[in-house]
Amino acid sequence: MAKKTSGSGGGSGAGGAGGAGGGMTARIKERDARTRGKIVELADRISTSALSMREPKIEIPIRAKSNTIWDRKRRVLRMGDASSERELFNLSQAKQFMQTCLHSSSIKDLIEAEKTLSLRGMFYKGLHTVAGTKEKTFADQDESDAVLEDLEVSLGALREELHIFAKKKGTMIGNITIVDTGDEIDCRRMGSGGYAIPSIVEPDVIQFKKCDAKFVLHVEKDTVWGRFNEDKFWQKHNCILTEGGGQPSRGVRRLLQRLNTELGLPIYCLLDCDPWGHYIFSVIKQGSISLAFESNRLAIPEAKFVGVRSKDYAECGLSDDVQIALNDNDTKRAKEIAAYPWFVEHKGWQKEIDLMLKNGFKMEVESLITKDISYVTETYVPQRLRAKDWLD
Amino acid sequence: MTRVAERPSAEGETKVSGKKTAARATAESMAAKQRDISVSEFFAKNRHLLGFDNPRKALLTTVKEAVDNSLDACEEAGILPDITVVIEDLQPDRGREVKQSRYRITVVDNGPGIVRKQVENVFGRLLFGSKFHRLKMSRGQQGIGISAAGMYGLITTGKPMLIQTRPRADQPAHHIELAMNTKTNRAEVTVDEETEDFPLARLKGLTAGTRELAQRGEFLAAGAYPTGTSVTVELEGRYQKGRGSVDEFLELTAIANPHARITFVPPSRESAAEDETLLAGAGRGRGSADETPGVTAEPESPAQTTETGGVVVFPRGVAELPPETKEIQPHPKGIELGILIQMLKDYEAAEKGGTLYKFLQERFCRVSSSTASEFCQTIKATARTKVSDLEPAQAEALFRAFQEAKLAPPPTDCLAPIGVRQLLAGMLKGVKAEFYAASSREPEVYRGRPFQIEAAIAFGGDLPKDESARVIRFANRVPLLFQQSACSSFKSVTETNWRNYDLQQPRESLPVGPLVIMIHMASVWVPFTSESKEAIADYDEVRKEMKLALMECGRKLGTYLKKRAKMKREAERRDVFQKYIGEISKALSAINGSDASRLYEALLAQAKKRTAIADQRLDDEGKRIKDEDPADQDGVIIVAPTPAEGPAGVPPGGMPGGVLSKAEAARLKVASLAKDDEPALLDVRETPRAGRGKAKAGDPPSSKSKPEASGPAHGAKPRMRLVDGKLVRVDEPGLF
Repeated sequence: MAKKTSGSGGGSGAGGAGGAGGGMTARIKERDARTRGKIVELADRISTSALSMREPKIEIPIRAKSNTIWDRKRRVLRMGDASSERELFNLSQAKQFMQTCLHSSSIKDLIEAEKTLSLRGMFYKGLHTVAGTKEKTFADQDESDAVLEDLEVSLGALREELHIFAKKKGTMIGNITIVDTGDEIDCRRMGSGGYAIPSIVEPDVIQFKKCDAKFVLHVEKDTVWGRFNEDKFWQKHNCILTEGGGQPSRGVRRLLQRLNTELGLPIYCLLDCDPWGHYIFSVIKQGSISLAFESNRLAIPEAKFVGVRSKDYAECGLSDDVQIALNDNDTKRAKEIAAYPWFVEHKGWQKEIDLMLKNGFKMEVESLITKDISYVTETYVPQRLRAKDWLD
Repeated sequence: MTRVAERPSAEGETKVSGKKTAARATAESMAAKQRDISVSEFFAKNRHLLGFDNPRKALLTTVKEAVDNSLDACEEAGILPDITVVIEDLQPDRGREVKQSRYRITVVDNGPGIVRKQVENVFGRLLFGSKFHRLKMSRGQQGIGISAAGMYGLITTGKPMLIQTRPRADQPAHHIELAMNTKTNRAEVTVDEETEDFPLARLKGLTAGTRELAQRGEFLAAGAYPTGTSVTVELEGRYQKGRGSVDEFLELTAIANPHARITFVPPSRESAAEDETLLAGAGRGRGSADETPGVTAEPESPAQTTETGGVVVFPRGVAELPPETKEIQPHPKGIELGILIQMLKDYEAAEKGGTLYKFLQERFCRVSSSTASEFCQTIKATARTKVSDLEPAQAEALFRAFQEAKLAPPPTDCLAPIGVRQLLAGMLKGVKAEFYAASSREPEVYRGRPFQIEAAIAFGGDLPKDESARVIRFANRVPLLFQQSACSSFKSVTETNWRNYDLQQPRESLPVGPLVIMIHMASVWVPFTSESKEAIADYDEVRKEMKLALMECGRKLGTYLKKRAKMKREAERRDVFQKYIGEISKALSAINGSDASRLYEALLAQAKKRTAIADQRLDDEGKRIKDEDPADQDGVIIVAPTPAEGPAGVPPGGMPGGVLSKAEAARLKVASLAKDDEPALLDVRETPRAGRGKAKAGDPPSSKSKPEASGPAHGAKPRMRLVDGKLVRVDEPGLF
């Protein structure tokens, strides 16, 4: 049982900025053999317990706030050492236990067949009727996804090491050329749609070939991203423009992190002025609770928040119409976020959230359009970047 | 005799006063009209008092009176009752819409018979009988019943009653036809001859069922009636099944009289379609030929009701008669002043010059010589004071002294309760349920009369789940079918808080659920609310005892239900585990190549161990029986729990095979309850069942290990345990 939280898997990916070729294949083979070994080890432990009349258990590190540690020094979230035991002879866990076994077996099949499956594909691979009943092994994909996340932490293997990928989410465009599974992609020539960021962006899949960009601007959603692309913001300011479709997926976060650490590009975020936007920034910057074990690979402690800010209502002279009143839930959430240890110590953020609560309303990035169609691309962001007016 | 003066009412007088010379009654003219009313005449007009309110009830009452008499006679003579009830429809071709018909009812028993000269008195007079004047536990009390039935038949059809009786085995039977003269309260005999045709051979050929049974020697076999009586009454009636029917009466009688064998030949058709089968009993038989018991004194068969070609046979469940009951003298506290005065007169008449001192000791129970002299002193009399010398005031003083005196309660050896074991045997025979409990209270006293209350409940199984509980009431082993809500027993049921025992119960009404509640009152004098003996009067002492008996049963049920719920939960848990174990074994085997079936077995063993409570056997209190101490307590039978739904569960409702094996298992438990001082239960014998051959082959091993019982089950306590929701006998060789 892997008691380590996020160690081995993350390391293997981050280190390999090197090129493709035979070395890569050998490394993948070695990685697969390791993952396969972990799965067999898990199965052995269960069958040994079963045959010796001990209760079969699977140890699973707890992915909850209680087991998340704020690493003040590195300014990222880490997963703690606490783990729970998934027991077969426990009414509320028996089914998940069975599902864990099913998925372990499926993953072993994938590794041996050298294929990958989407999360949805995994759901279907494990799906059948439990023998002798009318019950399905998985009621829906959510059940399947949760079990796969459990397996990741339990085996201490990353999703891609398990040969699983999520659906594509997020877009990139800008002054960079990359190689994606051998195909060279010039992100300057991606038209209006942009390059769709895949779920797995590890060095063995994507390599950076040529980068002229000086920074990355990450925006919350594709509507805003479209505005920036149409105005050729990335050309004018020599940058990379990305979007994550709301809460960015692991692929997007990993790509941003690689751009940041490997190419040294600063990451600027343009998000809504609401608790949701603040939380997205928090996840990009220090990692999330549920993926705390991957923070090493995903968190970008240097990310900056350029807007939208609470003060912008007054500073930019926005009209009353852009105000969206905070509801009870928003207020509650805002207070929760303000209480996160990494925000508690940050005066700027305390002020920011305070002001939003005082205002009593939230604002979307699009609210800047009320000033002018291209206000956000031509005035707002350039001004802020020049003035280094951001929150970090 | 009832003396009723017929007088014109005062109101009538004032109304006619306006008319001149209207025939005003004079004392003389009135006197001319005043005369005795014969009791027969009185009841002919007030037939509802005797239970002849309507044609349907008339039919039932006739059967009931005849059967009660037969059972009483058999028991007094020490004969195991074998009673046959035949109802013939004499107008089988009547139109559909005709509600009633003419029926001929014949009840044949193997009792002691009746000596010739008493026949007219027994069957032709009201208020003639041996039972009224004594304090002894018996079914009949007043001596009205059968004569009233004959009278009703005479009134409605004009046909006399036909009596055949053979009091001596070596002589031919008497064949007497008699009609009652209601005016004189005397029977008029129209036919009086000797006959060898007893029991009536004609009855054997009535239906296909009777022919079949007769051929096997199981229906009115001549040899089985060395003595006996057969009564035939023709009357206008209505035959209908359902509540308050002959079927129900016989079925309940069979429950309360497991020592009797009762055969019932119902009429060819019902009067109106009103189909309602209450207990699963009548007509539930499996129609299998080889199960019908023999008619010999020691039949060997499982006590299950059977049906052959429409003939229902309630077999004998226990082979010994209830203990003979003693007649007792009245208790001083149990009489009224008028009765005391009458008793004094009677004593004087019987013992010329008898003393009060002797009277007190001889005519009452619990009066010793010292108490007798105390009573004499209290009313200022001496030990030598003659009864005839007593002043009326002294009699009254004596009555008061009775009330104040401290006396031992009346003896209770005059009571013959059914007994816990027989109650269970009866319930098991008549009610298909899952849980049975019975309790027998200690004797108590009301108005100086000893009585004893017994209760039994049956729960679950095939009983309807969403209906009010069914209350079946008995007094001295006689089922009470009418006026339920007027009955003390009914009140005791509604006053008992069944919610305490995990049952639903709307306020002040019967509990709701698959429940049958049986209450029996045994007493030397059951306080009926009316002559038709339909409800027990509401004495506090009686009701209190009833409630205590019910609570005792209820507690057992409550514990059982709680335990059962827990077992069910555990069984469900096990099902969950079992469900996934197969998948897990396969997946693990696919990963590390271990043996899937070995894994499966190992995990299954763990699952069973962890849900072991589902396998536990429950004792009567619903507590877990430890394997080293199978101390079964009396009073409870658990046939099987409701099988948990699930892959391993028994099919809902139970397959015939399952039900049978459960029932057999339960009978084994009844047998095991046998005690030395109680009559032995019939041997339980593995009976071959027609049409079950196929099912047999596929039966689980548990049913193969069913005992081939051949000897008595004395002291044997077969151990039962629940395995996968089925009751399986833990085999102990040498038991049988």
